Amino acid sequence: MAKLSMVKALNLALHEEMERDRDVVVIGEDVGVDGGVFRVTEDLHRTFGGKRVIDSPLAEAAIIGASIGMALYGLKPVCEIQFSGFAFQCFHQIENHAARYRMRSQGRFACQLVMRMPFGGGVRALEHHSESEEQFYAHMPGLKMVVPSGPRNARALLAAAIRDPDPVVFFEHKGLYHALREDVPDEPETMEIGRAHVVREGHDLTLIAYGAMLRVAREAAEVLAQEDGADVEVIDVLTVSPLDRSTLAASVQKTGRAVVVHEAPRSFGPGAEIAASVMESAFLSLEAPIKRVTAYDVPFVGFAREKTNVPDVDRVVAASRETLAY
Amino acid sequence: MPSPRRSLPASRRDVPGIDERRQELGRGGKIQVTEPTMPRTPLEPRFAVDYLSILDSDGNLDTALEPEIVPDQLKRIYRAMLLGRRLDERMVRLQRQGRIGTFAPIKGQEAAQIGSVVTLARTDWMVPSFRETAAMLWRGWPIEKLLLFFAGYLEGGHPEPDQHDLPVAIPVATQLPHAVGLAYAAQYRGDEAVVMVYFGDGATSEGDFHEAMNFAGVWHLPIVFVCQNNQWAISVPVKKQTHSRTIAQKALAYGLPGIQVDGNDVLAVYAASREAVERAREGDGPTLIECVTYRLGVHTTADDPTKYRSEEEVKEWERKDPLTRFSAYLEKKNLLETGLEEQVDAEIARSVAAFEATGPADPLIMFDHVYGTPPPHLVEQREDLARRLDRTATRGAGGTTKAPPSSPPMRGQRTRSRWPS
Repeated sequence: MAKLSMVKALNLALHEEMERDRDVVVIGEDVGVDGGVFRVTEDLHRTFGGKRVIDSPLAEAAIIGASIGMALYGLKPVCEIQFSGFAFQCFHQIENHAARYRMRSQGRFACQLVMRMPFGGGVRALEHHSESEEQFYAHMPGLKMVVPSGPRNARALLAAAIRDPDPVVFFEHKGLYHALREDVPDEPETMEIGRAHVVREGHDLTLIAYGAMLRVAREAAEVLAQEDGADVEVIDVLTVSPLDRSTLAASVQKTGRAVVVHEAPRSFGPGAEIAASVMESAFLSLEAPIKRVTAYDVPFVGFAREKTNVPDVDRVVAASRETLAY
Repeated sequence: MPSPRRSLPASRRDVPGIDERRQELGRGGKIQVTEPTMPRTPLEPRFAVDYLSILDSDGNLDTALEPEIVPDQLKRIYRAMLLGRRLDERMVRLQRQGRIGTFAPIKGQEAAQIGSVVTLARTDWMVPSFRETAAMLWRGWPIEKLLLFFAGYLEGGHPEPDQHDLPVAIPVATQLPHAVGLAYAAQYRGDEAVVMVYFGDGATSEGDFHEAMNFAGVWHLPIVFVCQNNQWAISVPVKKQTHSRTIAQKALAYGLPGIQVDGNDVLAVYAASREAVERAREGDGPTLIECVTYRLGVHTTADDPTKYRSEEEVKEWERKDPLTRFSAYLEKKNLLETGLEEQVDAEIARSVAAFEATGPADPLIMFDHVYGTPPPHLVEQREDLARRLDRTATRGAGGTTKAPPSSPPMRGQRTRSRWPS
């Protein structure tokens, strides 16, 4: 057991998977000599060399497009898009090809590749460096969309994503990179993709969150326990798509109330899909409408105003109280 | 002595052994070539790219190439370069103190920016990427506005109504097609306007760069592409960015002229830019100018260049500092003003004070510019935020979000909301 930050835990997973499988290669801007702008790929270049840890020219479309080609040949690329806000420059490669090759070739080809992208706000960054775009990828059939919430599950999910036969978009919240250190086992560890985790058990209300919002939800649950005596269950979604609908349904069948929290804008976001899914599977158990606590439907607001836009504990507590009192 | 225009070979290096390989193929390959009946014929014209340098690092001049610039303009150019440099240094300190956020310093690129931007008329269009502070100041962006932008307030990205400038574009190379569209529209309307668009060496790897160059060539547009080749795209050196000997030669593939200039020589940048702007204005189409320069500082204030480049390399480029070189030239012409640094620093100090006194406007303005007319769901969301802010304000210090104090709006900002109160 070692106490690691999320950056170190992700780095560990990359080292382990590259050690384990010669077909795993890392490609992206500044991932080699520099070790990545967030240092997630630190020392990989020194350990595995420039052929397996590729400092590419500055071109997101070619990073993903070339990785698709490598994957079609049998390699397992782990691509880094430096910030999720720049992935629109390779969106066509992801949607038109990565997500569809298995279907198009009727199973002859598949794209076993991981597209790592730092996302999320709260790091005093400029436009395109602070947004949350998981809904776009979650909406693409053929893709998997994974969002870890801490060092241990980040390491285990990244290893699982690299071994997964399908293309995985792997979102790493920038605000979590150094936010906490957690015990990470010495032995390699994987976690099942497509599985949500109940991280706090309760009977009165289900709070559903992922990424950096998980901590907000947990803190809100604590406030509700202390100030309202409410017994709140908290679910860490971990895989936005394919969504673990049965875990969500089982929880709301028990609690009868749910609040979904995410950093992405509200309309057509993951909260809408989660609410619809819960409504379909737990309608007769529902005691209140499902609430969403999200960013507003506005583009980047400037980091000076981020705090008024991104959900915080106060907003989650307020929405939970309304749901509990309904 | 500085070297005047000289031609560069188009490929980085000769391919070793290529002739032997060709012969071998001829002998042992499947195709036995004895008497070529359809030989390869060289195409005309043969492509070449010029390199332009007028002022060397000691301020020595190639008088035959010296552009005609009136003394007052020479002084203004130097002042703008100095202002760019001193503000940059001040901004790095402000960032380290947490008073502004991450930004991309320009240190070392003052000649590339000022030498090019001064050749534009105010009615021409300037399209920046994200590292054009000096050029933006020349175009009339107030220092306090730029500071506000880098402090995380979108109000700082608002160009004045009469300003023909686009705001900062962060995703690399994405602004290039916009510049092409502006140039097309200017031509369509029959306006005289020329468009100048800035980008770096890294941007030339992006598809948007190639697509924009191609459109500009096909449509024969009044546009000048200014590449600031500062040698490093974060940690990736230009030799790992492209296998071309120059960036300028990329223009040839799109049927437009490309020229490489010493980007730390403000006179060379000026001469090439003036020529390109004149060509564009006269209907002779686009030009690509590659300014060979160097990012003396960090990529952004979040970067650590010691990870990927040597002290010696930086020192070598410090000897080619564009400011030192130009000031030596002005000194010989007796045009160097005394006390200029103090003047420039005082201007910066006044602007920093004004920036810090300008409290941010109401957070509710985050809803103001999402659409031309706000749809109902946004009206509701705005009301939700207003209620939350009221609640927080009345609850006082206990809240986790504090409403910033209200304050006078920035220049050019709407003072009355279009929202129902």
